[in-house]
Amino acid sequence: MLLFSVLSGIFVACLVPFLFKLGRKPGSLIISLVPLSLFLFYLFNFGISDNLGYYESFDFFPALGVNLNFVMDSYALIFALIITGIGTVVFFYSSYYLAENPYLDRFYIYILVFMASMLGIVISDNMVIMFIFWEFTSISSFMLIGFKHREEKSRYSAWQALLVTGSGALALLAGILLLYLITGKMNFSEINSMPQIIQSSTLFLPAMFLVLGGAFTKSAQMPFHFWLPNAMEAPTPVSAYLHSATMVKAGIYLMARINPAFQGAIEWETTLSVFGGITMLFAAYMALKQIDLKRILAYTTLSVLGTLTLLIGIGTPAAMQAMIVYLIAHALYKGTLFLVAGAIDHGTGTRNIDEIGGLKKFMPITAIAATLAALSMAGVIPLFGFIGKELLYEAALEHSLVDYATFGAVFFAALFGVVAAGMSGIFPFFGKAKYPNEKPHEASFIMTTGFVITAFLGLLFGLVPMLVSDNVAKATSDVYYNLPLAVGSSMQLALWHGFNSVLFLSLGTLALGIGILMFRAKLFPIIRKINLPEFLQPSKAYDVSTAILIGSARLTTKILQNGYLRNYITLILLTLLLLTSYSLFAFSDLSVISLYYPVTFYEITIAVIISISAVLVIKSSGRLQAVAALGVVGIFVAIIFSIYGAPDLALTQYSIETLTVILFVLVIYKLPKFLNYSKFSHRLQDFVLAALVGLTMTILILMVTANELPPEFKDYYGQTSYILGKGRNIVNVILVDYRALDTLGEIVVLSLAALGVFALLKLKKDDGDSI
Amino acid sequence: MKSIILQTATRYLLPILLLFSFFLLFRGHNSPGGGFVGGLVAAAAYALYSIAFGVEEAKKLLRIEPVYLIATGLMFALISGMIAFFSFDTFMTGKWSDFNFPLFGKLGSPLLFDLGVYVVVIGITLKILFTISEEVKP
Repeated sequence: MLLFSVLSGIFVACLVPFLFKLGRKPGSLIISLVPLSLFLFYLFNFGISDNLGYYESFDFFPALGVNLNFVMDSYALIFALIITGIGTVVFFYSSYYLAENPYLDRFYIYILVFMASMLGIVISDNMVIMFIFWEFTSISSFMLIGFKHREEKSRYSAWQALLVTGSGALALLAGILLLYLITGKMNFSEINSMPQIIQSSTLFLPAMFLVLGGAFTKSAQMPFHFWLPNAMEAPTPVSAYLHSATMVKAGIYLMARINPAFQGAIEWETTLSVFGGITMLFAAYMALKQIDLKRILAYTTLSVLGTLTLLIGIGTPAAMQAMIVYLIAHALYKGTLFLVAGAIDHGTGTRNIDEIGGLKKFMPITAIAATLAALSMAGVIPLFGFIGKELLYEAALEHSLVDYATFGAVFFAALFGVVAAGMSGIFPFFGKAKYPNEKPHEASFIMTTGFVITAFLGLLFGLVPMLVSDNVAKATSDVYYNLPLAVGSSMQLALWHGFNSVLFLSLGTLALGIGILMFRAKLFPIIRKINLPEFLQPSKAYDVSTAILIGSARLTTKILQNGYLRNYITLILLTLLLLTSYSLFAFSDLSVISLYYPVTFYEITIAVIISISAVLVIKSSGRLQAVAALGVVGIFVAIIFSIYGAPDLALTQYSIETLTVILFVLVIYKLPKFLNYSKFSHRLQDFVLAALVGLTMTILILMVTANELPPEFKDYYGQTSYILGKGRNIVNVILVDYRALDTLGEIVVLSLAALGVFALLKLKKDDGDSI
Repeated sequence: MKSIILQTATRYLLPILLLFSFFLLFRGHNSPGGGFVGGLVAAAAYALYSIAFGVEEAKKLLRIEPVYLIATGLMFALISGMIAFFSFDTFMTGKWSDFNFPLFGKLGSPLLFDLGVYVVVIGITLKILFTISEEVKP
């Protein structure tokens, strides 16, 4: 059931081209029903009826412990509902927002694959399966950021996002394998029940930092944050969905999911607090310097990601609860604000906050949604964001009455958040009307409906927190090791906490923020002038390292692949010679070789013919003769195969030889006359190399024949081939059954080779898109 | 290079070679043969035809662009691996019919896999053959 719900997105992605045959609008609306039905499925099956903890398992690669294990607990459910819920809004929104885009079908394919793999991440219990889905989200994100692929900047940003998150993912894979080495388990549920074993292991720290390498790059923590603002090159619905509500939260998801295993370790808490805190504070400040609506939202998203990391680092039950509430609140208001930014862009043709104002006259519905979202972002009572901010302050206070740094960082980040909320959600709509070009217009009904719903959900959850309270409490216990029952059940959400220090802090933040906004005409120019020091802009390091990477790739290509076929062959043979002779002479006992074999008459005949043809290949003065002589060598090798009882091999060799000669003839037929360019010294060099390779191969083969294969192999295949594989030809049964996966890999490689030949010869630079 | 003898011979050889390639494909499970060799033989048949009548004629005879053959073959191979999902077995678990079909004997997913290899090999060989012989046209 869960497996099917994950795969349905990928399945529909395969059908997109056919659905678009029905017409672009109906096609995109039908596709938009997919996230909606998944949302309802999760809501009714797990949200309302209490099916939580449902576990599902299919064999996938049992020999390595990699199986399709899926589990739906409260924590996963919250994510699944966010993914499909915001997904529904974004899918419908895009059908209008991108209505004129010629590549709308591609867009839906990418985003469907993304949604499916994101769901896969959050409900996988097996770490390797989760990792596979993790990589899928990186790839679909790459495709979506580079969606306007004709623009240099889009391609640059897409590459950057892929390289940063991709290299982080490699670290994550290594971390998963280390955890497997420590515990021998592949499932989160098992890993999370043995924190003592993990934390006392010598591999604990490497494993932890490697996992964090994956999580920090994905969730754009400093110093890996720079790819996220650049990812705003993607169409706005993508920014709302991937780069705010869901994908960038995958890192947060992972850190909390694995928290029970690392919980309590001082290194874990310190690393998360420090990196999260720095990201939270600096990103919030950077947000104030932006004038592009989407970039403001991108930096505030970064700031929230930092806050969530910090909360996991604080690690108390209250902090985990705050993390989950903040996460839900953020998905709702930030999703709304991004979609509003798209609507503004659509209606006015600009996203520059200095050029727009007083749009509420022209876009009244959008203005209402934006105001609600901005108030939630600023933490104004009675919106859901207010509850989130209260819990955040509570967690920060509880953790660190002594640790003023944490508290100060939280305070200032919250303050900047209030200002950014005003900049992005309030001022574009209120005050004096101004717009750059023609008169702005309201977005279409379907576009506004979506973000109005998310905006009002922020209000609803604020007024009636009981709706989510239970699930949040349960999710908190999902990500906290051995949460005492009394603590868990006491964690109810409420709008009103009474007159306490936290409330006054909230009000103080709000008042100060409004104060800054009042004097924005004077303050903003100053803020925009203050630049962060160089070392906080690691995107330069990225540029330098990619330049080095490309430079060294160019250098090795120049050395290894210089365009002369003879050099390739020399290099390949030299490598073969060195590696083979090294292992032959270093590790093997050459004395087992016996030089006395009974030789028959026909063997001598074949050997003589092969030698004569080989000499002819070298000596011939025309290409056709050389190819024909080479063909003779091949055919006689095939004869050897058939004599020694390898009919399959012989058969294949005959056909390959025939086809090779045909191919050669087709090419040679039209080449210019054969000329001998090579000097004597070259020939001598080639001769020595050829002789050495020949000698090594001879020794190798003598060694192989001297050490006979243990008979068990032959017996195993001989006995099981007919019973298991239903075939008497062992070679073929091995190819299509025992080792079918290898064969599949081989035919894929062959196919790529054919496409490579085609691409090399046929594709011209100016052909553009077409293949 | 138009030779009446070669053309006439090819007209008779082509169907025989194709039939032979099928024969190799289907007998492969129990005796020497299989999808790879079968595919090579079939491709050689078309190569012969393109030598006798020219590449354009061979393309016309094939009717379908070789790239589609590659894609179809890979799809067959992939689907043959997924058949096992229906009984909740792992990818590529061989599944066989319980009874014998006339001429073929037992049918099973490895046979579909072999068919995939056969089609892929034809596609690859012909794609390379056609591309190269067109490119060198002066």
